[in-house]
Amino acid sequence: MIRIEPRQDSGPLLRYGVPVLSAVVALALAAIPLASAGANVVTAYGEMFSGVFGSIFAFSEMLTRATPLIFTGLAAAVAFRARLWNIGAEGQLYLGAMAAIAVGTGLFDIPGIFLLPLIILCGAAAGAAGMALPTFLRTRFGADEVVTTLLLNFIILIFLQMMLEGPIKDPMGLGWPQSPPILDQGMLPTLIDRMRVHSGLVLAIVAAVIAQFMLVRSVWGFRLRAVGENASAARHAGIGVNRLLFSVAIVSGALAGLAGVSEVAGLKGYLTADLSPGFGYTGIVVAMLAGLSPAGVVLSALFIASVFVGADSMSRAMGVSSYLADLVVSMSLLCVLVGGFFARFRIVRTRVSAGGA
Amino acid sequence: MASDKVLSLNGLSKRFGSVVANNDVSLTLNKGEVLALLGENGAGKTTLMNMLFGHYLPDEGSVEVADESGALRALPLGHPQAAIAAGVGMVHQHFTLAENLNALDNIVMGSENLRALHRNRRAAAEKIQTIMTRSGLSAPLDVPVGRLSVGERQRVEILKALYRDVRILVLDEPTAVLTPQEADTLFENIGAMARDGLSVIFISHKLREVLAFSHRIAVLRHGANVGEIATADADERTIARMMVGADTERTERSAMEPGAPVLSLRDIRVPGRSERDTLEIPELDVCGNEIVGIAGVSGNGQAALAGVISGTVQPQSGTIEIGGKTLHDFSPTAMIGAGVGRIPEDRHHDGIVGSMSVAENMVIERLDDEEVQKNGLLRREAIVRNAERLTEAYDVRGPGVQAPARLLSGGNIQKLILARVFEQMPSLILANQPTRGLDMGAAAEVARRLLEARARGAGIILISEDLDEVLGLADRILVIHDGKLGTAPSRDRESIGLMMAGEMA
Repeated sequence: MIRIEPRQDSGPLLRYGVPVLSAVVALALAAIPLASAGANVVTAYGEMFSGVFGSIFAFSEMLTRATPLIFTGLAAAVAFRARLWNIGAEGQLYLGAMAAIAVGTGLFDIPGIFLLPLIILCGAAAGAAGMALPTFLRTRFGADEVVTTLLLNFIILIFLQMMLEGPIKDPMGLGWPQSPPILDQGMLPTLIDRMRVHSGLVLAIVAAVIAQFMLVRSVWGFRLRAVGENASAARHAGIGVNRLLFSVAIVSGALAGLAGVSEVAGLKGYLTADLSPGFGYTGIVVAMLAGLSPAGVVLSALFIASVFVGADSMSRAMGVSSYLADLVVSMSLLCVLVGGFFARFRIVRTRVSAGGA
Repeated sequence: MASDKVLSLNGLSKRFGSVVANNDVSLTLNKGEVLALLGENGAGKTTLMNMLFGHYLPDEGSVEVADESGALRALPLGHPQAAIAAGVGMVHQHFTLAENLNALDNIVMGSENLRALHRNRRAAAEKIQTIMTRSGLSAPLDVPVGRLSVGERQRVEILKALYRDVRILVLDEPTAVLTPQEADTLFENIGAMARDGLSVIFISHKLREVLAFSHRIAVLRHGANVGEIATADADERTIARMMVGADTERTERSAMEPGAPVLSLRDIRVPGRSERDTLEIPELDVCGNEIVGIAGVSGNGQAALAGVISGTVQPQSGTIEIGGKTLHDFSPTAMIGAGVGRIPEDRHHDGIVGSMSVAENMVIERLDDEEVQKNGLLRREAIVRNAERLTEAYDVRGPGVQAPARLLSGGNIQKLILARVFEQMPSLILANQPTRGLDMGAAAEVARRLLEARARGAGIILISEDLDEVLGLADRILVIHDGKLGTAPSRDRESIGLMMAGEMA
């Protein structure tokens, strides 16, 4: 007979080993549909690998894809650590992007050097506002933020579509529902010539480092961890739980807003309603895969971006569907959840004494 | 009392990781016998009973239960259904009743097919009536259990076991939530059922009831059966020695002159869900050098009173003065700032953040302190040094100050909280059930620290359901019932017990 017992304490090997192993197992499991689609598994994974590491360009594409995922991953990680379930990073991303367009397309007559900082600030503020509202509804009326943040995503997206058809529609856009482009001074500079990877990546990594530092070393991080792990004890110890949740909401929403800024001002230059292929939702997977650690978010965003970019390249080369990338990402998440279970519990085999005295 | 065996536990052992909960425990039970299973917290009593009942699978050993004919048969281990079928019933320490269902539904739930139940309600009610008459236990059957008193719920739990035709009844700390009078009645009923042939094991650490109502006493210590004794041959001293392995010293309390009031509550009202748990305190003063004991059965407003003093509950009306200053804000921060030390009732739930380190838990109440932080950043070395000093001074044992606090045992968690609270030299201390669930050593340490704080001038409110603890420590005893405080006329358990039950003597 098999029994499940909680582990006393999961050591560092388990804590760091489980996500890595989960990723490997997910790739191994993805070989099954790949093979059944008639592809040679070894060649396919070879294509996938070279699609990420095969050239500077491929690698830079992966970094470009990882940039918004780091932001949204951080947004989820910071909020989830405080048990504030922000499922609305997708909507906050678009809010950030809209704010960037609003101030970045020549609305204000300000010196060019201030334009980019203003765009970043306004994008972060818009994202923060997008998370502050559901948090207010939770702390004031007890409305479940999972529901409110999730539903706000759709509201914001529809609002964006309305705006793109009207007030912020580019008159020069040949009738396409897209915004006018951000002024050149408002763009995040690219990092390498003739590549798309831009300084949003630097911003994202700096944000991750700051988040990690704040979580571990600051009083705010202490309070956040206490509220997330045991809100009742935190309240008893005099930590203002609602106030803390608000500050977390601001930070989380701002990070998601920055994802939008980085995509608009770093990559696309203008805003459309398909700016994000679900970066906000994928950010949740990124955060979970990272065990909600901000530093880990960078690594897991790189992994997931690799899978996406690699799978794209593989599907082009082999003619298999690029949905395989979604499959690997979903299976990584499942594997992490299962792996997390094994990190917390051990399976014990016991001999059944069949009632014999 | 017949002497034929109905139950035999043979060499049961159970380990949880590195912790040995039970080590080679053997125990027998005779027909019609009331056996008290005694031991400190963590001695392995509940684990042993959970193995008997099939909740835990023993690592070694076997269980034999007599069948109808009286022959001992091996019980398949790890199967509660098998235990129930063999006539073993267990009443857990924490009630397992569905509060929105009435007693009848609760009693038959699980033992009857739900569709059959619909047809046979009357038959079931009749059967329960018979059991109630025979056992002397009664409870209203048609009222949602949520509206019953704790004593009534306890009886419903026992009726639920009896309904399944048990021959062996296990009661895990049945009197923890009862008034002394309710407890006595319960044991008289149990005695009567035992004379009818029911065999009973009850777990307790109240020496008084064990001596008064059992036939035989088995003592567990560190997971092993360290001895059995016929109750007729036992006295409090012998059993206490068996439980802890040595004579315990009683805490000595010297008389002291109370100082100036450190806490004054006036016209405090905290509305509850019903009139019964609405707290109303027209006037309460606690002075320096004084321990005010608040006795009472749980659920009579203690939580609201503790909440007000902790700052977690906002009273609807009334004023609170601490050290002569009126407080205008009832938050925990305000209370901590005013010099109130709070020992919460549920130390796991309100006292510590289990996944954070011992060191972090030591400073969680004073994060704005300059010793703890500078410019919003934690002074980690100072935090660790502080924890090392306090774990030493308060003898907090565990895997180190950097380890998560949840790895500490209950007693050491309480010592952590004591260290955190007492180091701030509070002028008022709220100790809510400070020794509940602690072993004698840790409980004695808590008592010693409370008396020490009293000696240096602090005022202390001691809320406890353990009357002996209140009698042993308090300078003044108040009884809380239905949210109202009454002064105990004298220090005898009889009259205090009556007040706890709501009869103003």
